Amino acid sequence: MSDIALRMEHVYKKFRKGETYNSLRDLIPALTGKMFRQRELSGNDQREFWALQDISFEVRRGEAFGIIGPNGAGKSTALKILSRVMKPTKGHMAVNGRLCALIEVSAGFHPDLTGRENIFLNGTILGMSKREIEAKLDQIVAFSGLDDFIDTPVKRYSSGMYARLGFSVAAHVDPEVLIVDEVLSVGDQAFQQRCMERMRTVLQNGTSVLFVSHNLKAVTELCQHAMLLERGKAVTIGPTDSVVQRYLANDLSQINSNGNREVYISQIKIRGHAGEQLKFESGETAWVDIELTATKNVEKLALVIWLVDESHHVIFHTSSERLGHRLVSLRSGETYRGTFELSLNMANGTFGVSIGIYRADIQREYDQKASAAMLFVGSTTGVSGAVNCFPRYVEAETAMVVGGSGCEQV
Amino acid sequence: MKENLQEFYRYRGLLYMIVYRDLKVRYKQSIMGFLWAILMPVLIVMSGILVRYGYSLATHMPLRTEDLASVAVKSIPWSFLVGSIRFSCNSLASNGGLVTKIYFPKEIFPVAAVMACLFDFLLGFAALVVFLAIIQVGWSVYLVWTPVLILTMLLLSTGIGLIVSAAGLFFRDVKYIVEVLLTFGIFFTPVFYDVSMFGSKAKWLLLNPVAPILEGLSACMTLHRSPDLLWFAYSFVFSMTVLIAGHVLFKRLEPAFAESI
Repeated sequence: MSDIALRMEHVYKKFRKGETYNSLRDLIPALTGKMFRQRELSGNDQREFWALQDISFEVRRGEAFGIIGPNGAGKSTALKILSRVMKPTKGHMAVNGRLCALIEVSAGFHPDLTGRENIFLNGTILGMSKREIEAKLDQIVAFSGLDDFIDTPVKRYSSGMYARLGFSVAAHVDPEVLIVDEVLSVGDQAFQQRCMERMRTVLQNGTSVLFVSHNLKAVTELCQHAMLLERGKAVTIGPTDSVVQRYLANDLSQINSNGNREVYISQIKIRGHAGEQLKFESGETAWVDIELTATKNVEKLALVIWLVDESHHVIFHTSSERLGHRLVSLRSGETYRGTFELSLNMANGTFGVSIGIYRADIQREYDQKASAAMLFVGSTTGVSGAVNCFPRYVEAETAMVVGGSGCEQV
Repeated sequence: MKENLQEFYRYRGLLYMIVYRDLKVRYKQSIMGFLWAILMPVLIVMSGILVRYGYSLATHMPLRTEDLASVAVKSIPWSFLVGSIRFSCNSLASNGGLVTKIYFPKEIFPVAAVMACLFDFLLGFAALVVFLAIIQVGWSVYLVWTPVLILTMLLLSTGIGLIVSAAGLFFRDVKYIVEVLLTFGIFFTPVFYDVSMFGSKAKWLLLNPVAPILEGLSACMTLHRSPDLLWFAYSFVFSMTVLIAGHVLFKRLEPAFAESI
């Protein structure tokens, strides 16, 4: 047995944009039209586009590999090729051993069947034998936490319960290669936690995991190596930290200034002690440099900054005015620079930094860059949750309680 | 081809599950449950008997027991053919989620559709045997032909099922064409009538590959004689050809399924 669980070599995938012929009514005119327009169509067909171009990577046994990238970068296509649902246009792909794809875990469910029946159905679809499922049935039900509803038709389930049952089945397949796509976005916090734990256990048992997610925090926690996909091309492949850093940096460079505003945000930069950076330790200080450019005379400006977490909740909000800073007035053509200093007292996570400018007295907004940059906070202190309270634990002396005090130890 | 069959065999557990699911879902919510599998053939047999009765009134020929038996023997396999083609035609599209998400040999869906209909057919066929016993049709050594003819029917419907399910994904028209053909097919197939009624023109009707199978079933089950061997050979070769062609076509189109749904 080789050490490589999964390998992609120079994989290309081409798609056809626009119309596909779904009925004879469309096909016949299209074919006759094609005969007459032969010359136009020859050469480079405009309607084709490459969803993946020259993708090569390998995943070792027992390793977790992450794929990140913006929407439409080709992540799902890559997964479909890996799970053999689609064939690559060019290139080669190899998988050693049983592969299980959690691309959409509840795809095999039938709404009219009960939870128990669907466990058997979905388990078989994912490649388990009937005996295997029977042996693991109790485990699966316990994992899903749906004991009371297991004989209810799944059409009466909530969408969260649906996904939980799906993941519970899939998590017990014991494949050699596990492909996970965004399943962690379902279920409550406790269930997500259980999923992460399950993936860690699976990894320890020697299964390779291929993890695709927008949740950079989960990717960093789980994967040693990652690939950044953009427009079908692999931008970087390497240790997860540096790939995530690169992804965040790319996000920041995409600020598109809008020239016809009276004043606009022309630049946002995030600095730390080490210079320009996006990845911070919990508790570190970050400086957000903002540059404004005025195209007309404007007065009484204030700057706002707010941070959102992964579920887009605003977790912090302030403005230069509320911080007691004077209001700014600019003449046409002038630029202005200001800096917010922030202590990143949050627990680990990915945070969107948003900036806005408005006129303080009439509350008129001039420009706003929502989630213009992503901040990534990692903590080595072993805390989780929303904030970092910088905990310390102190032990008092251990003492024996002599005689019954009437209090029972709970 | 051999690899494909081996892979298909490896996934037989899944085939069993899908058939089980299809049957369970079909009968779960109906009060009559599996009685439906018998009610449908009873209806089609009754309409056949009505047609035969009208025919005997018009021609002043007496309605014989064998005629009734023959209509019953031919109706039930016919409804199996119609059901399995109709069901397999939708099988890929209605399982779109699975086709685009997870890898396994996709011919499981049309084959499972045919198998689910085969289950209904066997229930109906059991009822038919009871019916034939009641009207005292009797039996003969030629009954050994029955499983052979039913198997040929199974090959044919699987082959057609493979073709229409795959083609139906790429052209929605296929579904409508199949629907029309199945509705009017009964007039071009000797279900409610016998080809012998057409005298020398009978051979044109027998060119329909379903006709020799149905006529053969009627011959060995009610008339106690051997099916016409030459016409049976024609049907068998035709069915095998459709099955192999269907399999090749299906496998050729399979990689494009996920992109076309």
